[in-house]
Amino acid sequence: MAMKMIRDVIRDTIDEEMARDDSVIMLGEDIVGGMGSPGGPEAIGGIWGTSGGLWAKYGSDRVIDTPISESAIIGAAAGASLTGKRAIAEIMFADFIGVCMDQIWNQVAKFRYMFGGKSKCPIVIRMPYGGGYNAAPQHSQSIHAMVTAMPGLKVVMPSTAADTKGLLAQAIREDDPVIFLEHKALYGVKGEVPDGDYLIPFGHARQVTQGDDITVLATGMMVGFAENAAAQLAQDGIGCDLIDLRTTSPLDEEAILDSVERTGRLLIVDELPPRCSFATDLSALVANKAFSSLRAPIEMVTGPHSPVPFARELESAYLPSPEKIVAAAVKAMSYRRG
Amino acid sequence: MQLSREALLQAYRQMKTIRVFEDRLHDEIALGEIAGFTHLYAGQEACAVGVCERLDAQDFIISTHRGHGHCIAKGCDVVGMMKEIYGSSEGLCKGKSGSMHIADVTKGMLGANGIVGAGAPIAVGAGITAKGTGNVSIAFSGDGACNQGTTFEAMNMAVVLKLPVIFVFENNHYSEHTGESYAVGAESMTTRAAAFGMKAIKADGIDFFSVYEAMRELIAYCKAGNGPASIELDCERFFGHFEGDPQRYRGKGELDRLREERDCLKLFRTKVTEAKLLEGAALDALDAEVTALIDRAVAESKAAARPTADHVLEDVYISY
Repeated sequence: MAMKMIRDVIRDTIDEEMARDDSVIMLGEDIVGGMGSPGGPEAIGGIWGTSGGLWAKYGSDRVIDTPISESAIIGAAAGASLTGKRAIAEIMFADFIGVCMDQIWNQVAKFRYMFGGKSKCPIVIRMPYGGGYNAAPQHSQSIHAMVTAMPGLKVVMPSTAADTKGLLAQAIREDDPVIFLEHKALYGVKGEVPDGDYLIPFGHARQVTQGDDITVLATGMMVGFAENAAAQLAQDGIGCDLIDLRTTSPLDEEAILDSVERTGRLLIVDELPPRCSFATDLSALVANKAFSSLRAPIEMVTGPHSPVPFARELESAYLPSPEKIVAAAVKAMSYRRG
Repeated sequence: MQLSREALLQAYRQMKTIRVFEDRLHDEIALGEIAGFTHLYAGQEACAVGVCERLDAQDFIISTHRGHGHCIAKGCDVVGMMKEIYGSSEGLCKGKSGSMHIADVTKGMLGANGIVGAGAPIAVGAGITAKGTGNVSIAFSGDGACNQGTTFEAMNMAVVLKLPVIFVFENNHYSEHTGESYAVGAESMTTRAAAFGMKAIKADGIDFFSVYEAMRELIAYCKAGNGPASIELDCERFFGHFEGDPQRYRGKGELDRLREERDCLKLFRTKVTEAKLLEGAALDALDAEVTALIDRAVAESKAAARPTADHVLEDVYISY
């Protein structure tokens, strides 16, 4: 096993999959970086450092640096994948999904269904998402609720270096379209990564910590926050059953319900605002299917119903934190029926 | 005209199949036999057939909101299409697509589209696959779609990536109910396409031979690695934007005049018979053959199996 930063895991996994399968192509804005500029190709190698060196290795027919044209990027990935390629499209910030929503929602997600099951659409749309960079309202959002709500898309949110490899390799080999969400604040995080072929099937959550008192659900950067909170809570004798969901579609309902049936309490941590959101969706699932197990109201630590603000103080107030998670868990533990 | 007799018969057969298919749909819809929204292609047959008769099975096309003609021209199963429009589970897309989204990827037909302008970027992707293989990708768009930003992005990207994509603009002069003279701000679609840096030409969209000859030139241009090209086809739409459209935006007597003076099938018949390339009897025989095919398609569609509720979840994912 090697220690790697998540941004390097992403590049290396794409590299391995491109070497393994000639039909894999990659396209996006500045993924080569420097094309047509005095600095020349590979001057950047991707804004996020997730594609450096791939152009030099695979050439312009497979590593396709595009103009700033999100609709055409997704459309081109879609057309290529309908005709025999496996396309990895990068949307530089998940916020830009607004620009190419038709191609994702009405085209890519619906091809297989509309065409009577007679087509494959092996496309991975990689989208860096989330807050923590003081990048303000149009460069900090999470979008997983929106895409999870769209039938036909699979949605992945890795939280560790090892999971990033296993889930990305799986995403590239899927015959369905996959939205692969990379938290911007995790790119520099290091972790051990298995060598060689490593795949994680979708729909299988990861047990992060085990505990009998409260079930905690998280994805992406929120997993680390919740792990930190769980360590604090353990010192006070509160055991967290922390589950990293890994994929929001398909969702590992069994892992969630089994845990809640055991602990009787549920805390959901999510970066999105709380209305019509991923947290409310999970709440409804548990309220509907494990109601009799609940010993306290479901707690949610989410962003408020606002855009993600710019100033450090405001963004900190917006984002969930280990402290907010601890407080919510303590509240759930102290609940007594009146 | 250097087409063989067989090629001429095939072109006529395809155009006539589209016309009879559309005329019959018009009648069936009026009788209340078909649900949903249907956008008929009749009048534009020379465009679809003039383009697609130049293509082979490995070439790709992406269609528009008005897609039946392109499907038929690219070789999709006509009976399967009719069953699809009737909503049968035996339809080409198992009753999931209806009129607006018919596709058969195995035939290189990547779909009609319910979203005006969505096709051009997808054709660019098929162009990525086609590049270097000797194949081409065709993006059919109307004069409505030519004003969508997606079409602009697609044209620019195809130029940047030097892809073998041909943007075919079928200018039937109406985007829904709005005239081209109002909605297309540029002098023409051709000057606009040329501004993106591609070869851009015009052809007479009601004359099969004009379209067919122009496509020879453009396909050769693309296959030589010059990047994309575009063609604007001046054509006519005989029915409304959708079936049931009262067409109050039309001029007085406009439709009668178009059907009399600008019918691509009449023009084809006149040209080939006057040049003594085909005789009327051969064309009449094809008319009868096509009419029998469409009669059978309608009869089989009415008798075909209906989808059941357990089909709703089928084909959302490949495996879930």
